[in-house]
Amino acid sequence: MKATSRSVDGVDIISLQGKITIGAGDSQLRDVINEALNSGNNKILLDMSGVTTIDSSGIGELVGSYTTVTNRGGKLKLLHLPAKLNELLHVTQLITVFEVYENEEEAVKSF
Amino acid sequence: METNGDRVEITISSRFENIELVQVIAEHLCETAGVDEDGSHWVGMAVREAVANAIKHGNKLDVQKKVNARFELAGSELEITISDEGEGFDPEEVGDPLNPQNLMKTSGRGIFYMRTFMDRIQYSFHPGGGTSLMMFKNLAKSNGGVASSKA
Repeated sequence: MKATSRSVDGVDIISLQGKITIGAGDSQLRDVINEALNSGNNKILLDMSGVTTIDSSGIGELVGSYTTVTNRGGKLKLLHLPAKLNELLHVTQLITVFEVYENEEEAVKSF
Repeated sequence: METNGDRVEITISSRFENIELVQVIAEHLCETAGVDEDGSHWVGMAVREAVANAIKHGNKLDVQKKVNARFELAGSELEITISDEGEGFDPEEVGDPLNPQNLMKTSGRGIFYMRTFMDRIQYSFHPGGGTSLMMFKNLAKSNGGVASSKA
């Protein structure tokens, strides 16, 4: 998994690319989130459009990231969910937990 | 890897990077049987979760221990058996991830996804050690997304 970040109006937009699967990206996601938080950014928008594969471990890390950011007084939201990730969040009812946006400007304004 | 008519078998060492090998075989078999990309993906995802569990919870990441995957196609019925060399566990002890108390847990969704994407799954535990997970899917009904894959 690769992650690149940029800041827009105080929101850290982190673009994830590649796999978030067991042993390949799941722990990296945790590191990326911790790095953002330790840099003082707690408004985090994860752009998921480049995520090619995710499994239950990756979903678990997303949930863990959400909890970590929330516990640090911040917000974590999702942008551009690929269809299959969207289905995985739906069947596990996690779609009710995450705020999901299709439009970056709208997502940034929501923080 | 061994192929025999409508049977394919592969044995891997317990490394996460080998999971994709097994997943690709599952997806290829489904596509060859006429299942569309989405339907094949969800079967592949169930296999991915099963192999990951066998490596992590079954063989406990011991690379000396093997995971065997066997695929058998009888008509439109795909039977997949994932076997490990671990001590086994009680799948009933894994909480329902849809229970509000479990919703924010970071683990415990693998078996749920397998049950969602396959028609039926069944664990068996061998007295001498090792666990086998059998998963069944009628490929004639497997085209489409998650909802139709469970239909």
